[in-house]
Amino acid sequence: MSKDSAELMAQKANQEVQNESPVKALVPERLSGGDMLLRALDDEGVEFLFGYPGGQALHIYDAIFRQQRIEHILVRHEQAATHMADGYARATGRTGVVIVTSGPGVTNTITGIATAYMDSIPMVIISGQVPNNQIGTDAFQETDMVGVSRPIVKHSFLIKSAAEIPVAVKKAFYIATTGRPGPVVIDIPKDMTDPNILFDYAYPKSVKLRAYNPSLKGHPRQIKKAVELLLQSKRPVLYAGGGVVQGNASDLLIQLAKRLNLPVTNTLMGLGSFPATDQQFLGMLGMHGTYEANMTMHHCDLVFAVGARFDDRVTNAVDKFCPDAQIVHIDIDPTSISKIIRADVPIVGLVDIVLKSIVQQVEKALSGALELPDYKEWWAQINSWRNAHGLDTDARLANLKNPKILPQQVILSLYRATQGKAFVSSDVGQHQMFAAQYYKFDEPRKWINSGGLGTMGFGLPAAMGVKIAFPNETVVCVTGEGSFMMNMQELSTCMQYGLAVKVICLNNQALGMVKQWQDMQYGGRHSASTYADSLPDLVKVAETFGHVGMRVEALAELDAAMDELFSEKNVNKLVILDVKVDPEEHVYPMAIKGGSMQDMILTRGESI
Amino acid sequence: MRRMIAVLLENEAGALSRIVGLFAQRNYNIETLSVAPTEDVNLSRLTITLRGDDAKLEQIIKHLNRLIEVLKVADLTDGEHVERGIMLIKVRAEGASRAEVKRSVEIFKGRIIDVTPRMYTIELVGSADKFSAFMATLEKRSIVEVVRSGLAGISRGEKALIV
Repeated sequence: MSKDSAELMAQKANQEVQNESPVKALVPERLSGGDMLLRALDDEGVEFLFGYPGGQALHIYDAIFRQQRIEHILVRHEQAATHMADGYARATGRTGVVIVTSGPGVTNTITGIATAYMDSIPMVIISGQVPNNQIGTDAFQETDMVGVSRPIVKHSFLIKSAAEIPVAVKKAFYIATTGRPGPVVIDIPKDMTDPNILFDYAYPKSVKLRAYNPSLKGHPRQIKKAVELLLQSKRPVLYAGGGVVQGNASDLLIQLAKRLNLPVTNTLMGLGSFPATDQQFLGMLGMHGTYEANMTMHHCDLVFAVGARFDDRVTNAVDKFCPDAQIVHIDIDPTSISKIIRADVPIVGLVDIVLKSIVQQVEKALSGALELPDYKEWWAQINSWRNAHGLDTDARLANLKNPKILPQQVILSLYRATQGKAFVSSDVGQHQMFAAQYYKFDEPRKWINSGGLGTMGFGLPAAMGVKIAFPNETVVCVTGEGSFMMNMQELSTCMQYGLAVKVICLNNQALGMVKQWQDMQYGGRHSASTYADSLPDLVKVAETFGHVGMRVEALAELDAAMDELFSEKNVNKLVILDVKVDPEEHVYPMAIKGGSMQDMILTRGESI
Repeated sequence: MRRMIAVLLENEAGALSRIVGLFAQRNYNIETLSVAPTEDVNLSRLTITLRGDDAKLEQIIKHLNRLIEVLKVADLTDGEHVERGIMLIKVRAEGASRAEVKRSVEIFKGRIIDVTPRMYTIELVGSADKFSAFMATLEKRSIVEVVRSGLAGISRGEKALIV
């Protein structure tokens, strides 16, 4: 970009900004680019930075050192910084902020950025870059961060003039948090943060981007049509996803479901948006969803989708999806609508605003001539599915004489010990599905997992981010030994900052989900999915890092160990509970590939 | 089905790469692309032609709209529109075919913009159809080099894609 266009951009940026009150602007502070960055983050309300220093970020790190308001958390690997920021964001609803250096610093963040992007998590990533005059010269630790991250960010900025920094920060947070949230990168060449060049500092109160209008209320005519369909339907189901959690619309979802006695199913990302202990809750749907949730979906006459995106792990074969159903689809992102499944009633809008007007219109209809719909037959049908093959019907779980611990029993024990009130993060694999199935989340933002990208190594750092936001709450990371080893260096970070996360490792000495697929689809050929003879002793790992390690190998010891894990003496300690679980256990139900949602394998005995 | 999409976007560094990247990420093929600033130097206008059905086009337009720097997107093939591109061709023109090529150029209202004893360089302005029709008049072996610009498109009548 030429100098002219850089100036033009700066001018334009200033036009878009409504500045602070003129009184304050009279005596502007003179700050360097690095100090402006930190001040802008503070003015934005940022409390924590998760990061790792390096050459091109050193001016910024010096600015961090010279201020007291924002705490920097030093991780051991940049990927973990992004997952920590992500966990912080998921639990609080605020933006997670990451700061790293150029080159390997930024490439290490890519997995974490992609994770946040897939699950629509608000995140701002600030990366050091080589000085402007070295960009493009293959300078030491140079990577085109804007280019490398482009497909996995909502937007990105490359700072070409230090004066833009406050506006870029404001825009980045505005974009990251509004509409469908997502990660935003600010790439800052080192010369932009030079401590010797000062600028007038002013933080804009608000920004307006003429091409970006994220606040949508939903089309009134479509909303009316959705309400009509809902009130006419005989076999409706509410299918609620992560959008309800991210959009803070859980209360309204509950209100709607309660008013009409609607069955509710959650996606993996939506868990907690409707209380799992409620009778109207059918459990998670999809590939490893409950029998009743998937049967209800397949046989319904109306899918009322709220903040969900008809992911392939939900729909199974698209052409066989819910054959008798009309589809109402509420989502903030128009690209999610009719992407996989054609919506009969598409509603583009913020879920809370749309649900609110739907609830109001339902109320209005019911206060008029219309009678409350009667779903007696529908519920009788759903309950018969639930009673036949619901998760509770697995008799093996109640058998206390199993020679081996079933992984599901560990989750049930965890649920009991924490009274269902813990924040639970997970990694990716069988343990994730068991946690999603058996830990009954009654509140949103308590279940922290990488749904869209399926990132192994997410669980521990994400839990750490949650613990930083809520130091007095119980934060558990349910993991497997495979996932855990992907980021276990962060145990050192936990020691540095006293993060008393409880790690529960469902140790099956194998990459369980891979192995399950190999068992089911590859004739039991366990290609590169086992490593039992070379695993570290996780109790000793915990101790090496200065934490507490415990091991359970027999079912009879499980509950006592779980109680000890959460006992008073361990409140301020990170504890790893390594549980040797039955390595042969598979996750069921499991969707049959190429089938409809009602096509599931329910137990190990069944063949495809 | 061939489609033509017009996009108005902020004239900012990296904006074009986001659009091109989007097509690659979402597995959409760009057939032709042209881009240049408009009467407002802060705005660029792109014309993209591609092939796809209604559902695909709907997704592409939604995805383009989702980009932070994109202000407006329109499907020009949705209504009457005009499109123009430019094609430069270098052809062997010797002996009997020399006059034949010249005649074809006249029929297609093209211009011969450079001449050597053995070759013509021809300029043709028009739509994609016109280019293919002209190419069909040439003997394949005589074509030495072809350069085509992306197409620029605009809707007919009073409809306009403006901010």
